[in-house]
Amino acid sequence: MVTPGDIKNWIESGLEGAHVEIDGDGHHFNAVIISPLFEGKSRVAQHQLVYAALGDKMKAEIHALSMRTMTPEEWRRERGE
Amino acid sequence: MTVQERIEETINTNPVVLFMKGSPEFPQCGFSGQAVQVLNACGTKFASVDVLQDPDVREGIKQYSNWPTIPQLYVNGEFVGGSDIMVEMYQKGELQSKLSGTDG
Repeated sequence: MVTPGDIKNWIESGLEGAHVEIDGDGHHFNAVIISPLFEGKSRVAQHQLVYAALGDKMKAEIHALSMRTMTPEEWRRERGE
Repeated sequence: MTVQERIEETINTNPVVLFMKGSPEFPQCGFSGQAVQVLNACGTKFASVDVLQDPDVREGIKQYSNWPTIPQLYVNGEFVGGSDIMVEMYQKGELQSKLSGTDG
């Protein structure tokens, strides 16, 4: 079964500079993905970068993944820093 | 017509169209259900395509938008996003602005 740690590793190794916060039960996962590569990109383009990092795993292993994407700046603001 | 042409025609002839699993009345997946709820909350009329009825469209729409998941929302011919993006845009009021001015 896929663990949240698997997905975190897949995204972080496929997407340069990415940091992933994730929880899930093996079927449904909720992830926040932070990467400087998201700077200046639309949300669609940001999610496409994550999907590209996951590649075929989206078709097979990962049944349901909810995600929010943020730049490091947005992440800092969200945490009130 | 190829499946890509059929998809393009659907998207271009419906100002707001949701590709989903099941129907708005009976969504067959939580994410599709969430997408319907968001559109209903915006008070928008929308067309829907049940991809479970057509395996070619189910795969074809993923290629069309380079997006591996369903649901997918299109407004005025443009791919807007999947359910996560729809919820985020709704919470920020952006989806309502995008949908105002469409006739559904």
